[in-house]
Amino acid sequence: MMYARAYARYASLAPAGTRIDEARASGGSSSALRSDEVSRHSVQLVTIDRMRDEVSITKFASLPSLLRAGDLVVVNDAATLPASLVGRTERGEDFELRLSRPIDGNRLFGVLLGPGDHRTRTEHRAPPPPIAIGDVVSLGALHARVVAAAGRRIELIARETGDALWQALYASGKPVQYAHRAELLPLYAVQTAYAGRPWAAEMPSAGRPLTWDVLLGLRRAGVQIATLTHAAGLSSTGDDALDRALPWPERYEIPRRTVELVADTKARGGRVIAIGTTVVRALEAAAHPSIGAFHAGSGVATLRLDADYKLRVVDGLVSGLHAPGESHFDLSSAFAPRERLTRAIELAAQHGLSSHELGDACLIL
Amino acid sequence: MKIQGTGALVTGASRGLGRALAEALAAKGARVAMVARDAAPLADAVATIRARGGIAHAIAADISNKHAVHAIAGQAQGLIGEVGIAIHNASTLGPVPLRLLLDTECEDLAAVVETNLVGPFRLTKILAGAMALRGEGAIVHISSDAAVEAYPRWGAYSISKAAQDQLSRVLAAELADTGVRVLAVDPGEMDTKMHADAIPDADRASLQRPAEVAARIVAMIEDGERAKSGARLVAPNWQVAS
Repeated sequence: MMYARAYARYASLAPAGTRIDEARASGGSSSALRSDEVSRHSVQLVTIDRMRDEVSITKFASLPSLLRAGDLVVVNDAATLPASLVGRTERGEDFELRLSRPIDGNRLFGVLLGPGDHRTRTEHRAPPPPIAIGDVVSLGALHARVVAAAGRRIELIARETGDALWQALYASGKPVQYAHRAELLPLYAVQTAYAGRPWAAEMPSAGRPLTWDVLLGLRRAGVQIATLTHAAGLSSTGDDALDRALPWPERYEIPRRTVELVADTKARGGRVIAIGTTVVRALEAAAHPSIGAFHAGSGVATLRLDADYKLRVVDGLVSGLHAPGESHFDLSSAFAPRERLTRAIELAAQHGLSSHELGDACLIL
Repeated sequence: MKIQGTGALVTGASRGLGRALAEALAAKGARVAMVARDAAPLADAVATIRARGGIAHAIAADISNKHAVHAIAGQAQGLIGEVGIAIHNASTLGPVPLRLLLDTECEDLAAVVETNLVGPFRLTKILAGAMALRGEGAIVHISSDAAVEAYPRWGAYSISKAAQDQLSRVLAAELADTGVRVLAVDPGEMDTKMHADAIPDADRASLQRPAEVAARIVAMIEDGERAKSGARLVAPNWQVAS
C-alpha cells in the first residue's frame, strides 16, 4: 500500500493543469481522491484561502508557519471509545451495536447493524434482527436490557455498573472500523495525541496529524492551544434516512479557560482555528444567541453547518479531505465558496492525496 | 498542585506503596483509579478507600501488556474523568532470588524493562498530552537507589530504573513550560512485599512504613516550588510540615 502511494505521489508530479481524470487513471483508483491511510507524521495539507481565490498544498508539519502569533487553535480532546460491540439476542441472533454517544452511568446509546464485520460496507450489511423494548442482549462481556428503540436507534441499560462496566466494555469493544481497511483498526490508531475522556463514537480525526512536534511548534510560534470535549458521533449508520440526519445532536463541554482564550483572541484581532467540525459545532453552539453570552460549561450542539451558516466564533478550520456530495463538504462550505472547495479537492486528487478518515488534511483560513 | 477534585491514576495499587499512595490521594479528595494485575487484593484496596468515604475505582490489568494500556487509560477516564496525576509505581524485580547479571536470562531482562520502563512510557504517552494542553499535571516515576548505585544481583531492576530516571528527565525537558511536572522519586527502603522478596532477612523494624512515604510523595506533588519538574527526589530526605 505504501508503494502504491509513493507511486501516486510521483504520478502527481505531472505539469500543472493535469486533468482530474488523468490523475485518477494514474492512481488506479475509482474515486478522485485516494483512500488509503497516511502516517500521522507525513500528512499533507491542502490550504484554502477564505478571502482570496488561492489553494495550495504543503506539509501538515508546516502548520505553525501558516498561523500567526495571537491565533488560537482549539482541539477536541475526546478519546475514541471502543464503540463497536458484537451483540447476540436471547434467540441467538447476531448483530453489531455501535455506540453513538458517551456512556451515561450504565446507559448505552447506539445504532444496530446486521451481523458481519467491517469488510462489508455499512450500507451493504444485512438489517439487524428484530430487537424490542424489554429484550435482553449480550454484548461480549456486557449484558444489557433494551429500554428504548426507534428503528435502528436503541437505548439500553447494562447489568454491569461502574468498574465492571468499563472493564467489560474495553475487554469486548473495538473501535468502529472502516470498510476500506484490510486489518482490524486497533484502539491506539484512533486516538489523538491529547485524548482525554472517552466520549467519541468515532475518532475526532482532524486532530490526528497534530503530533507534539506540531503542537509545541505552534506554541513557539505564539499560537495558543485550547481544548474542548465534544462527543463526536457516528459517521455512518447503514441506514439512508438516519445517515441524512447526521450529525445528530452531540454533547460538548467547554472549559472556562477556553472561553477566556477565545474572548481574548477575538479582542486582540487573532483568529480562532477549529481542529475538526466537532470543534466548530461546539464553539458555534455555545455562542449561539439563543443561549445568551458565550459561556463555559456543557451543552448539546444541534446546529447544522452549510453554505448559509454565518460563523460567529470560528475563523478557520482544519479537517480531512471530503469530496462534494459528502456531508463534511457541506460543513466546509460555511467557510469558503463551494467552487473553491471543489477546486481544492481536485488539486488534492491530482497530487495523490487521501480522503481516508486517517488520511490527508485541509486548512481553510 | 491541588489534590482535591483531581483525577489520579496509580499503578501497582493493590498493596505496598501503591496502595498507600492511592489511600493518601483519596484522603485528600482525589478521584483515584487503581491499577493492578490481581483483582482480589485490588478490590480489597478499593473497598478500604470507599469505606472511608474516598473515591476509588479498580482496573485489573497488566501494565506490561502493550494491548492493555489504552484500555487502562480509557477505563480510568471513563470512571474518574480527566487524569491530572499519574503515578508509575508498579514494577518487578524479575526472578527472585535476585541473580547476577551474567546468570540473568536475556528474556528476563527484557520482561523487567517492559514492566518498569516501556509500560509506564506507553501509559504516559496516552495521559500526558491531555495534561499538557490543559496546562497542569504531574507524572511521578517511583525510582530506587538501585537506579544510581551498582548493587550486585540487582542488575535487571537497576537498569530499568536508571532508564526510567532518564525518561523522567528527558520528558520533563520536552514538556518544560506546559505545566506538566515529571518527577522521579526514590522512596527509600520500605516494609513491602517487594522488599521481602528481594531481601528476605531484612530487619523489618528498620524499614519505613509505606504510608509515611506516600505522605511525602503526595506532598511533593502538591509542592511545585520545591519539587520541580525533572527533579529526582529522595523521599526520606523530604521534610513534610506536620
